[in-house]
Amino acid sequence: MNRGIYISPVGMVGDETITVMARFVSEMFGFEVVRHTSFPEPDFAYDARRGQFSSTLILKNLAKVCPSGAVKFLAVTEADIFIPMVTFVFGQAQLSGKVALVSLARLSQEYYGLAENSDIKIRRARKEVAHELGHTFGLVHCRDRSCIMSLSTEILQVDVKSEDFCPGCWAMLSEELAAQKVVGRKGHLETQKKFVEARR
Amino acid sequence: MKMQWEILVVDDEEVMRESLVAWLREDGYGVDSAASGREAIEKAREKDYAIYFVDLKMPGGIDGIETMMEVKKIRPDASIIIITAYATVDTAISAMKEGAQEYIVKPCNPKEISILVERIIKVKNLQLENTILRQKLTKQYSFRDIISKNPKMQEIFELVQEISSLRSTVLVQGESGTGKELIARAIHFSGDRASKPFISVSCAALAETLLESELFGHEKGAFTGAVAQKKGKFELAEGGTIFLDEIGDISAKLQMDLLRVIQERTFYRVGGTEELTVDVRVIAATHRDLADAVAAGTFRDDLYYRLNVINIQIPPLRERREDIPLLVRSFMDRLSHELGKEVGDITAAGLKMLIDYGWPGNVRELENVIERAMVTCKTTVLTDEDFGFLEQNGSRKQSWNVPDNLPLRDVEKQVIVATIKRTGGNIKEAACLLGIDRSTLYDKIKKYEIER
Repeated sequence: MNRGIYISPVGMVGDETITVMARFVSEMFGFEVVRHTSFPEPDFAYDARRGQFSSTLILKNLAKVCPSGAVKFLAVTEADIFIPMVTFVFGQAQLSGKVALVSLARLSQEYYGLAENSDIKIRRARKEVAHELGHTFGLVHCRDRSCIMSLSTEILQVDVKSEDFCPGCWAMLSEELAAQKVVGRKGHLETQKKFVEARR
Repeated sequence: MKMQWEILVVDDEEVMRESLVAWLREDGYGVDSAASGREAIEKAREKDYAIYFVDLKMPGGIDGIETMMEVKKIRPDASIIIITAYATVDTAISAMKEGAQEYIVKPCNPKEISILVERIIKVKNLQLENTILRQKLTKQYSFRDIISKNPKMQEIFELVQEISSLRSTVLVQGESGTGKELIARAIHFSGDRASKPFISVSCAALAETLLESELFGHEKGAFTGAVAQKKGKFELAEGGTIFLDEIGDISAKLQMDLLRVIQERTFYRVGGTEELTVDVRVIAATHRDLADAVAAGTFRDDLYYRLNVINIQIPPLRERREDIPLLVRSFMDRLSHELGKEVGDITAAGLKMLIDYGWPGNVRELENVIERAMVTCKTTVLTDEDFGFLEQNGSRKQSWNVPDNLPLRDVEKQVIVATIKRTGGNIKEAACLLGIDRSTLYDKIKKYEIER
């Protein structure tokens, strides 16, 4: 099996979305991205009382089927996911582990009663995908609100943060990537410069 | 360095436990978990967690409230957050009454958890900072931190220890800069009154009427500008110590008022009719010789005897030169930190210069000299050149030993020659330093046939 980041849709997810995510992950983290099997709707994780899916149960299930060659295993779903303590989560990941899950349910404009806008949804999805994968590389939440690793508990916070890691988080991520003999994002120095300038 | 606070999540439900642990870890906290109240209590014994998330309902064994109460017995400072469902809010409120710091009704808004934990950690950081500052303060003023290996100072340290818990009045005498207030603070902070106020008053800094109001307070309308009642330093020092610096400078009236407060422990606010009682230990200090002042009739003898119950004479720095190297190192260590400039050593020549100097300003002057040298030095080592400014000042400040059989005329000539040499032949500056006008200096140069 190829060594790289594997990506799988869980339930019905648009092909184009998976393709865009795969390209973004490859550019950002420098790994080959392998499109993996599609999984069915995660009915086993459905909580009828809440009308949502347990992200912890989905994540556990994904861990069991994680491909052996996968450096990381990213799953993307349209299901609205939760952990018991809170009303919803945008995603969940194993900190310093392999598996990450991102839900697109609350990233669309329609969810908030607005007109559909696929560009906005994709932009938000990219941020959440990088954020959850960041956790699998050992990164914790960053206090820099513009850093992609800052905690988002509402959609506005997802929109406010940039599509990049702050220099501190990037330095830590680079170490992790270097340990895997991979160089992240080509020309990243340029984007880091932009990041710093944008913050000013 | 920021403290790494640890959190314990206590819940019998695995998914709930694991997901909350994961959430908090993603926030950067160190998190452990326990599947029962009993396990939580065991873990509390082993490790000091800052925050406990405890589920209210845990079947079998002990429930959330009991867990919280047991944990509180082991770790009284721990913050407990009770997790509850909608149906049990009433129970959660009773949990708060039992000592829970907060409660969360699940499922909550995602941001609530992070905000709550951040708020608790912020308070804990402030508490920790406060504790460290208190420890630092106690350490700084504990008599052990007054640095000296001089036998006389060692005797003073022993005396300070012996008298620290007594209420007797202490008179601290010593030249300016010898550390009279430090000794007073050491007495206060080593004794029973350490947790009570230490109030310092410089008697020389204020005019008589102001000082009276400062010490005893005043009633509203006692004098023009007394728009409200004000407590005096004696009242503020209740239960603690009042340090009266430069006591030798106070007026005859204040001497009488002080005598009364020391003897009777009672006083009146300025303009007041109510007699107030205080429990305050008085430590007085002066650079003057009070016995001489008593003999001269400028200081009340009865007050002197009341103040002089325990007498501490601090020797000047020139009489304990063995302390100079220790003090220099100590000041360098502290100032390196404060100035953010790493100056780690001093040359033998530099140290010798400091040991040989007269130190009229005593330890305070030494501290200032070290600071000035550290600020201006170009390397990480202080040399004699860094103390060049001291040589100029020092020759003026060094104590004067009167030579035998030296006629006054020769003394005057030598002083003029030395001064002209120091000013590089600048007569105007030399005259200024000698405190005479230029024409007088020219006359003397002519008279003593001094070469310029």
